[in-house]
Amino acid sequence: MSLNPDPGTADRLLAAQAAAEVKGRSLWKDARQRFMRNRAATAGLVALVAICIFAFFGGFLAQYEPDYVDFSLIGSNASKGVPSLETGHYFGTDSSGRDLYARTVQGTRISLLVGIVGAGVAVIVGTLYGAIAGYRGGRTDGAMMRTVDILMSVPYMFVLILMLVIFGRSILMLFIGIGLISWLDMSRIARGQTLTIKGKEFVEAAHATGVRPMTIILRHIVPNLLGLVIVYATLLVPQMIITESFISFLGLGIQEPNTSLGALISNGASNMQYGVIWQLAFPLFFFVITLFAFFFVGDGLRDALDPKDR
Amino acid sequence: MTLKTHLLAGTAALLALAGAANAESHAMMEHPETGEKLAAEQSFTYRVLDEFPSIDPNLIEDVEGSAIGRNLFEGLMGQDSKGDVVPAVATGYEVSEDGLTYTFTLRPEAKWSNGEPVTANDFVYSWQRAANPATASEYQWYMGLMKIANVDEVISGDKEPSELGVKAVDDHTLEVTLSQPLPYFDQMVTHTTTFPVPKATIEEHGDAWTQPGNMVSNGAYVLDSRVPQEYITLKKNPEYWDADNVIIEEVTALIINDENQALTRYLAGEFDQTDVPAGQFPRLAEEYPAQAISVPNLCTYYYNLNVSDSGPEALADPKVREALYLAIDRNVIVDNVVAGGQKPAYTLTHWATAGFEVPQVEAANMTQQERNERAAELMAEAGYGKDGEALSLDLLYNTSEAHKQVATAIGQMWKQTLGVDIEMANMEWQTFLEERHNKNYEVARAGWCADYNEASSFLDIMDTNSSYNDSGFNNADYDGLLTEAKTAEDPLPLYTQAEEIITQEFPILPIYHYATVFMMDEHIKGYPLENAQDNWYAKDLYRVAGE
Amino acid sequence: MLNYVLRRVAIAVPTILLLVVISFVLMYAAPGGPFNSERPLPAQVMANIEARYGLDQPYWKQMTTYIWNVVVHFDFGPSFQYRDRTVNDVIAQGFPVTLTYGFWSFIVALVVGVSLGVAAAIRHNTWLDYLAVGISIGAQVLPNFVMAPILVLVFTLWLGWLPGGGWQGGQIEYIILPVIALSTSYMASIARITRSSMLEVMNAGFIRTARAKGLPTSRIIWKHALKPTMLPVLSYLGPAFVGMITGSVIIDVFFSTGGIGQFFVNSAFNRDYSVIMGITILVGVLTVTFNLVVDLLYAWIDPKIRY
Repeated sequence: MSLNPDPGTADRLLAAQAAAEVKGRSLWKDARQRFMRNRAATAGLVALVAICIFAFFGGFLAQYEPDYVDFSLIGSNASKGVPSLETGHYFGTDSSGRDLYARTVQGTRISLLVGIVGAGVAVIVGTLYGAIAGYRGGRTDGAMMRTVDILMSVPYMFVLILMLVIFGRSILMLFIGIGLISWLDMSRIARGQTLTIKGKEFVEAAHATGVRPMTIILRHIVPNLLGLVIVYATLLVPQMIITESFISFLGLGIQEPNTSLGALISNGASNMQYGVIWQLAFPLFFFVITLFAFFFVGDGLRDALDPKDR
Repeated sequence: MTLKTHLLAGTAALLALAGAANAESHAMMEHPETGEKLAAEQSFTYRVLDEFPSIDPNLIEDVEGSAIGRNLFEGLMGQDSKGDVVPAVATGYEVSEDGLTYTFTLRPEAKWSNGEPVTANDFVYSWQRAANPATASEYQWYMGLMKIANVDEVISGDKEPSELGVKAVDDHTLEVTLSQPLPYFDQMVTHTTTFPVPKATIEEHGDAWTQPGNMVSNGAYVLDSRVPQEYITLKKNPEYWDADNVIIEEVTALIINDENQALTRYLAGEFDQTDVPAGQFPRLAEEYPAQAISVPNLCTYYYNLNVSDSGPEALADPKVREALYLAIDRNVIVDNVVAGGQKPAYTLTHWATAGFEVPQVEAANMTQQERNERAAELMAEAGYGKDGEALSLDLLYNTSEAHKQVATAIGQMWKQTLGVDIEMANMEWQTFLEERHNKNYEVARAGWCADYNEASSFLDIMDTNSSYNDSGFNNADYDGLLTEAKTAEDPLPLYTQAEEIITQEFPILPIYHYATVFMMDEHIKGYPLENAQDNWYAKDLYRVAGE
Repeated sequence: MLNYVLRRVAIAVPTILLLVVISFVLMYAAPGGPFNSERPLPAQVMANIEARYGLDQPYWKQMTTYIWNVVVHFDFGPSFQYRDRTVNDVIAQGFPVTLTYGFWSFIVALVVGVSLGVAAAIRHNTWLDYLAVGISIGAQVLPNFVMAPILVLVFTLWLGWLPGGGWQGGQIEYIILPVIALSTSYMASIARITRSSMLEVMNAGFIRTARAKGLPTSRIIWKHALKPTMLPVLSYLGPAFVGMITGSVIIDVFFSTGGIGQFFVNSAFNRDYSVIMGITILVGVLTVTFNLVVDLLYAWIDPKIRY
């Protein structure tokens, strides 16, 4: 390590990677302090916690089951299904006369999971894959990246349909379907960054001192990718929530009467001109808040983890 | 003219230009029969859901494509505003004693758009082409349905297309030989598959003969321009034999996939006709009473119950099937869910089918409360339901907002009334078809539209050997009744008996009879609202002047 | 460099071939077929149609015939669904449309996105930063299938300024709404990547040195900071550009533009094998090409890069 000409970068991020081992001043603590000083990030974190509470415990406040149809309300949503505290339909009803509050709670829960799983797979698989390809270079890089090219171009719909036919529908299959596609773009971004980081002196120095390639990737390359990876991961969250509604369209994902934010928003959007704007507004509100929360937390994390930003 | 309409008119400028050129001829004119004052610009623009697979009459396979086919081409017979058969290229026909030979007399003044006369040979060529395996038309099956002599052998390749039972006696006499009498044969020749096609043009251009510039047609309109997935425009055919009575100068179909989007654009005044999304009819009818229209459409919406060996044990019990049948509150479905003038269906055949009377089955005359009570009793007798064994059924449907809403409602009716748990499962269309056809389901959504305006077109689907009998229903009495009806003098009592078998066995649960629900500019007149097959002809339409 | 390009082009051929093989297997393995319909065709009729399109041949033979026709005759076969046209017709008609609005969306997304991102980064944690972040998030929260109907509602039904759909050969008033609907979310992503990347670059040693030397900020940004900032943006742009000109089905559905996206999705739902293959190959070629271009641009941005 003594040869490392840029200790500010490598050491601290190494510390961030293996926080438990760090002696002396805790860099995690340092990062945490910087994160907490960032008001937007703190607000984002609070919002995220609030949404999680809503998604997992909001159901206790619901007056109706999410799949219960009130037949007297079907077809007269615009007049009778309006949001109201009196009827217990806080968010109104959907076009089938079901309680939108209960459904939004449930949809938010599913979509949060989908967003987090998708982004998580992208961060782990995409980053490592890209970093390895970029660092190894040459034929390995060529083979790995051409594989990504192919996966980007394959008609994804048939993969999903085959998964449905062979394995049947389940939430696990949905996550696999999401995971399959989420990491591709991330791997290209990670690889692009790796190519330039690889040329930096501290990496070359580590290489020269005989550090094993995998160690270099994990300790020197990946930490330097983290800022961008986190920001891109937050961009993936909304994308994955929308992708889920396509997967469900094919029958692999969430099935009625269960629902997701993507499905609720899509229904709301097609009915928005028919005087039932709440069917779009409430699900969209939670979608938006989720995005904001993820974005600000992501930015805060990026700033806090940026080794140069003191 | 307000700013808005002015600008929107600008968007349709391309289409309107030609109309303006022709406008003078009809300006200030009156309709020859009704005396209504006609609008200066005689055009009709309507929305269709999707691109037409083909506009070659022999290949046309969809409803929207058929409408284009009927405007571009004209067959032996046509339909009037009630759906009754009227002369078209043929002035009439004679049937032999045994009902096996039809002789059509063609009008000598009928011409192709290039000025050539339409002759009996054009029909012979077209029919041979439609049945020829090399043409590979999906509607070969329709030629088979027409029971023309030798048609099956031609389709299987055992005989040459020239051996098909159709021949030109002379230029204006066409003789058709059937293998069995078919009381509704004249109805069948109003279908696009039987329309004449221009031999010389097809031989010159091959598959590209349907492109604008190449196509020669004999209908009231000719193809002007076509951009796939965007629009198709037809112009009045000056060579058409009855061109003097054709008022609309230009017909345009805009392809707009999203029905809500289409409705917004319709309301913005971009075109004259569009479909009404499920559930929106009551509101639109209130707001635009002159524009919102609902007419019967010969299709039936129903659920298949899997009664084959691969079906669940519970569905093998007729009591369970009847309980499911009774517990569907069809009034909620038609009044609140689809809500477009559809009618509750307790039997299979559509109520508006020609010469058919809906059998009065017992369930139809009960109140829903009586039905629900009876259903709960039956379920208890079968040992399932609220106090019995827990029963859970999968309900399969193809992904669509409307099907989802119907399934949601019915699933809840069964749950609330019978205590049956319903797992809803949607699938993309092709996967859905395959799963249902392979009987890999428990309850599945289905819909059937009549091929011709006759009850057997519905009842045949439940025949043991029908390829659409996805329930796996197998009943010799039922098959026997249908066979008997084919040659019966008065088939109606037989049809009633067949319907009764279905409402004793419940292989399917009829839910509602379709209606076509659309918005149409109130200035467009002449639309055949009483034609239950929705077979409209642009030559019968006209646009009256606004205030 | 030339050597590298030649090698990549040479590799592209087996890459695309592999793509064709994989897609073939997936397509044929999926349930359904181009001539399956609600009303199953009589077996004899189905056999006639399959014979006409060579679908009765063994799979390997269909695949090799297909590849032969594509390579030797540049013939992608007839469409099974649209019986009046060939795959070449479909692509020749739909691709220019998609390319047109895709290109403009790309330009809008890139210019606006990068400007917002740079502005946000150089005024980090000021009102300008918050505004730029706010705009970019605002642009992302409306998925395009929500944005499209809103745009039509506002600009067509209420204001009556623009047509609600159609293409009409690509006149300007028909392009505006599709470009807005398509570009916004890409714009937002680009803005956020730019911002994040710029923040990192601005803290790098060489920028600090330049600052210490007292160079004016604008000069630092233009001369030194922008180029390295663009590297991750570039990584994103490769797939994004392909996405814009192929994954635009929502635009085609909502604005009836008749682009390739709708043909692709329809063909997939209809199992129109030849159209699926044709467009898959097109997407594959575009992906490979753009990722190559991106790789070459890397070297321009950072001459030290070795692949």
